[in-house]
Amino acid sequence: MTTHLLLALLIVVPLAAAVIALLLRRAPAVQPWVNLVSMISMAGLSVALLVRVSSAGIQATTFGGWPMPFGITLVADHLSVIMLLISSIMGVVLAIYAMGDMDPKRVKFGFYPFMNLLMVGIAGAFLTGDLFNLYVWFEVLLIASFVLMALGNTRAQLTANIKYVSINLVSSLIFLAGIGFIYGLTGSLNMAEVASILGDMEGASGIITTVSMLFLIAFGIKAAIFPLFYWLPASYHTPPPTIMALFAGLLTKVGVYAMIRVFTLLFNVQDGYTQTILLWIAGLTMVTGVLGAAAQTDFRRILSFHIVSQIGYMIMGLALFTPLALIGSIYYVVHNILAKSNLFLISGVTRHLQGTFTLKKLKGLYAHYPGLSILFLLSAFALAGFPPLSGFWGKLILGIAGLQAQEYIIVGVAFAVGIMTMFSMTKIWMYSFLPGGGADDDQPADRPDTVPPLAGNVRLLYVPIALVAVLIVGISLFIGPVYEVGNQAATELMNADLYIDAVLGHEDSIAQPAPGADLDGSAGGVHTR
Amino acid sequence: METLMAFVVGTLFAISVYLILRRNLVRLILGIVLLSNAVNLLLFTMGRMTRAEAAFIEVGATVPSETIANPLSQALILTAIVIGFGLLAFTLVLVYRTNRDLNSVDSDVLREEEVDPDVYGTA
Repeated sequence: MTTHLLLALLIVVPLAAAVIALLLRRAPAVQPWVNLVSMISMAGLSVALLVRVSSAGIQATTFGGWPMPFGITLVADHLSVIMLLISSIMGVVLAIYAMGDMDPKRVKFGFYPFMNLLMVGIAGAFLTGDLFNLYVWFEVLLIASFVLMALGNTRAQLTANIKYVSINLVSSLIFLAGIGFIYGLTGSLNMAEVASILGDMEGASGIITTVSMLFLIAFGIKAAIFPLFYWLPASYHTPPPTIMALFAGLLTKVGVYAMIRVFTLLFNVQDGYTQTILLWIAGLTMVTGVLGAAAQTDFRRILSFHIVSQIGYMIMGLALFTPLALIGSIYYVVHNILAKSNLFLISGVTRHLQGTFTLKKLKGLYAHYPGLSILFLLSAFALAGFPPLSGFWGKLILGIAGLQAQEYIIVGVAFAVGIMTMFSMTKIWMYSFLPGGGADDDQPADRPDTVPPLAGNVRLLYVPIALVAVLIVGISLFIGPVYEVGNQAATELMNADLYIDAVLGHEDSIAQPAPGADLDGSAGGVHTR
Repeated sequence: METLMAFVVGTLFAISVYLILRRNLVRLILGIVLLSNAVNLLLFTMGRMTRAEAAFIEVGATVPSETIANPLSQALILTAIVIGFGLLAFTLVLVYRTNRDLNSVDSDVLREEEVDPDVYGTA
C-alpha cells in the first residue's frame, strides 16, 4: 500500500463508516458492527503506518497532484502516528463498550455515525500538515462532539452543552485569528513552510511570541489547562459513559497534541517567556485539578477534575522542552488515555450495577464484583502512579527530565499531585467498593446487600475494560519498546528540520521568500501562492 | 486601508467580547457571530488588500494577464463562513431547545440546573 493511500484511508475509512451507518439508520442492530469494523480497520492502518514511519522516517503527501507547499498536505511523524494508534485502539474499545452501554434511543438518533465522524476529525487533526486544515479538522471533531454531548436531550446535557459549545466556538475563533496572523506574517499555511520561514525571521520574535500566545489560549481551552479548564468539569459528566470515555480519552488530548505540534515546530518554547508561562500553567493545572476533585462526591466529577490535573503533566513535559521531557509527555498522553478512559468505563459499569454515580449511594462493590474491583484498582493505581504501573513511569521520566533541567519546584508539585490523586482514588474505593460504603449519617445504608446478578449486556462491558487493563499492564511492563518509539518521536520534535525536510523536500525546491514577510504593510499585488 | 481595517476588526472584537460576557444566551450567540465576522475580516486583511482583478486566468494562458487579488484569503474566509454558519445553526437550535426546557435564556439558570442526579438516559 502506498503511503498516499495509507494516509488517505485513515480518514476515508471512518468517513465511509459514518455514511454507511447513516444509511443503515433503520437497521440499528447492524450499526455497532459497522462501527467496530471501522475502528479495527483504523487501528490496523495505524499499525501499518507506525511500521512505515519507523522504518522510512516521516511520511508526507499532498493530494490533487499539486507540488509540495501548495496541495493539501498530510504528514505522519512518530507523534501523530502514536496519537492515531492509541486513539483508534480506544475507538475499538469503545465500539465494544457501546454495544453493551448505548441505549436504543441514542443509537436511533445517530450515535454511531457521529462517533465515526469524531474519529474522522481526530485522524485529520493528527495527520494534517496545514494550519488551516487543522482548524477545519478541529471543527469536524467539534461538531461531532457537540452532537454526541447533546444526544439524549436531558436537561443536564443541554445546559452542559451550551457551556461546552460556546467556549469551544470562542476557542476556535481565537485559533482562526492566530492562523490569520501567521498567514499575514509568512504568506503560507503549510506548517513545514511556516516553520522554516518563522525560523528565518530574526527581527520579529516579539510578534511571533504574541501570535503564539493566541495559539496557546486556543489550544489551552481545548486541552483544559489551568485558567481555561472550567468548562470541562461542568460538562463532561453529563453524557453516558461511552461518550464520557470517548471525550475524556481523546478530545483534550487532541488539544495537547496541537499544542505540542505548534510549540515544537512553529514556535520556540525557549524564547524567554513561553517556557516560564508553560511551567506555571503546568503546575497550576495539576494542583487546581486535583484540589477540585477532592471536593467532589460524584464518581464522574472526580474523574473529570482529574482529567484537568493530568493535562498538567503533559504540559510540563512540553514546557521543560528536553528530549527526555517530551518522551515523558508522549508516554503520559498514551498512559492517560488508557487509564482515564478505563476509569470512566468502570464508572459506567457501577452505574449499570447500582443505578448511581454518587459515591455516597454506591456501596460494597468489592464483595459482589471482585473482578471489577481489581480492574478499578489497577486503573486507579496506574493513574496515581504506583510502581510498576504506567503512571509511575510517566511521572518518573518527567521527574528525571525536570531534575536535569533544574526545575525543582515543578517536580515537587508533580509528585505531590500524584499523592493527592491517590487520595481521590482512595475516596472512590472506600465509598463505592468497601462494605461500609457511603453509610453516611444523613444517608442510611438502606441498599439491600443482595445485588441483582449482572444483566447480559453488562457482562459485555467487562470485555473492553479488561482489554484496556491489559494494555495498561502492557505499556507498564514493556516500557522499553514504548520508550524507544517515544524517543524517536521526541527526536523528531526536537529537530524541526526533520519535519520540514520531509515535507518540503530539499531546501532549494521552495519557491521564493514568502510574500508576506515584508512587514511594512506595503506588500501589494500578487502573492506567489 | 489596512489601518482602517485594524480599527474595524478591533471594534468588532470589543463589541463581541462585551456581548459574550452578557448573561443572556441570545446575546452570547450574537457575540459569537460578530466575533466570527471579525476574525473573517482579520483573515481578509492579512491577505493584503489590493485593488485588482479577480483571480481568473484566460483560456490557454498559464498566468493571469494582470494583477490579481489574493484568492487564498478569499478561499479561507469562504470556508470559515460555511463552517461558522453550520455551527451557528446548531447553537441556535441548542439554545432554542434549552429555552423550551428551562423556560429561560439566562445563563445563571444554567448553573442552578447543573445539580444533576444519576439520570443520563431516558431510553
